[in-house]
Amino acid sequence: MNRAILSAVCVAAGVGAAAAAEVAPKDVQYGEYGAVEQSLTGQPGDAAAGRKVVGSKSLGNCVACHKISELIDDVPFHGEIGPPLDGAADRWSEAQLRGIVANAKMTFPESMMPSFYKTTGYIRPGKGFTGKAAQEPLPPLLTAQQIEDVVAYLMTLKYE
Amino acid sequence: MMTTSLKTMICTAAMLTLGAGAAAAQTDEKLVVNGETEITTQAPAPAHLDGALDTIYSGWEFRSPATREVQMDDFDNPGMIFVDQARQVWNTADGSEGKSCASCHDDPAQSMKGVRAVYPKWNEDAQEVRTLEMQINDCRTNRMGAEAWGYTDKGMTSMVALISLQSRGMPVNVAIDGPAQSTWEKGKELYYTRTGQLELSCANCHEDHYGDMIRADHLSQGQINGFPVYRLKNAKLNAVHSRFKGCVRDTRAETYKPGSPEFVALELYVASRGNGLDVEAPSVRN
Ligand code: HEC
Ligand code: HEC
Repeated sequence: MNRAILSAVCVAAGVGAAAAAEVAPKDVQYGEYGAVEQSLTGQPGDAAAGRKVVGSKSLGNCVACHKISELIDDVPFHGEIGPPLDGAADRWSEAQLRGIVANAKMTFPESMMPSFYKTTGYIRPGKGFTGKAAQEPLPPLLTAQQIEDVVAYLMTLKYE
Repeated sequence: MMTTSLKTMICTAAMLTLGAGAAAAQTDEKLVVNGETEITTQAPAPAHLDGALDTIYSGWEFRSPATREVQMDDFDNPGMIFVDQARQVWNTADGSEGKSCASCHDDPAQSMKGVRAVYPKWNEDAQEVRTLEMQINDCRTNRMGAEAWGYTDKGMTSMVALISLQSRGMPVNVAIDGPAQSTWEKGKELYYTRTGQLELSCANCHEDHYGDMIRADHLSQGQINGFPVYRLKNAKLNAVHSRFKGCVRDTRAETYKPGSPEFVALELYVASRGNGLDVEAPSVRN
């Protein structure tokens, strides 16, 4: 009995700690030009995991709109809606890339690029790809961890 | 069979190469069906698109050579099977009045010529803009005493294809002024509204990025002059509102229902963006 209560308390504390370190979508601080200085998780992202998010249709699906030469052998068919991401880390700082991935419209007003870390303010939001109505706040398209992983991966895209 | 899949592979490879460079150009090839019916697949944009588009293109121009070819011969075009089925239904009595479509409209080749080209269209008696589907169901319920068909049911879409075929090669020319104007304005607003969690409008994909690849799809202008469309992907005829629903769903939005006032308005507006392109039905797409 005692032990059960104890572990319940520990689990709750663990969850609380993780949530406290994570920046919620509504709390993200965007700079004047859309950059986000602070890591959303307080920890460095994992570039290998980010590479999967970028290429996966059910996750970031970034390649629907962007070509990434380094990825083409593993993930075929890249779109040409946005600029190729080769050399992205030469053009942008980590904070700028975090801002673009979290909510590109803060950097590029009216951009066609979806906002991956935003939960409210949509017109006729749906439940995933079901076509059925959903209530806001929606789960963000990517989690804080996935955003950081994608940013870590983008930081590896250099020309040299 | 072998040849077709080989062709498709070569085409896919060709498209990939094109895709790697600038936006792939539309084709110079001409659409001629059965070696005789010439179809206009490029035209100057109608005046109401000033500032948005200069030239309008049929979706046919964006498909692979193999897919384009299937539409050039009615013996190869699987959409014609559904047209033939509808021809039988046309002549079959249904409902309490014991009438068929033919009882009132005789031979569709005469009575239905040019009809598709001007739909959706204002109906003075009903004081509303009507799609072909709405008009067909009005005949079924009010003149035949038969049950209405489901808006995107197979029988309905096949009948729309039979009627549309009678306008093949005639330019789309829907009216957007007069009593239809407020519906048209509503459709226009829907076209430019960014919906769903992906916040995309029809215009984001079909006006700003036609000719570009989105993942493995070559984006067209999303014109509806070819509808109903036989899609190789689902091996059936597809109604305009089914396509709208799919595209809205893909923005992670709550869709509208086929036959809803919103989709009727959107259909009038999208049809008007194709004023000047020829009716193709039944067309073939991937
Ligand atoms: C629906 C299309 C679309 C999707 C999906 C998309 N983007 Fe973009 N992205 C754009 C467009 C368009 C731009 C160009 C900015 C502008 O003018 O809107 C852009 C710009 C960018 C830029 C800056 C480009 C540069 O290198 O100069 C980065 C970095 C970027 N996107 C990363 C991503 C990542 C990472 C994902 C997925 C998590 C993603 N994008 C998904 C459309 C998209
Ligand atoms: C995220 C991108 C996207 C958006 C947004 C979008 N579509 Fe599409 N649409 C496509 C793709 C991809 C296809 C298949 C290739 C093509 O014909 O463009 C397509 C096809 C179509 C077609 C079939 C064209 C043909 O010749 O068979 C129509 C009609 C259409 N869309 C209308 C619309 C309308 C109306 C809207 C807005 C309610 C819309 N689309 C929004 C991506 C989109």
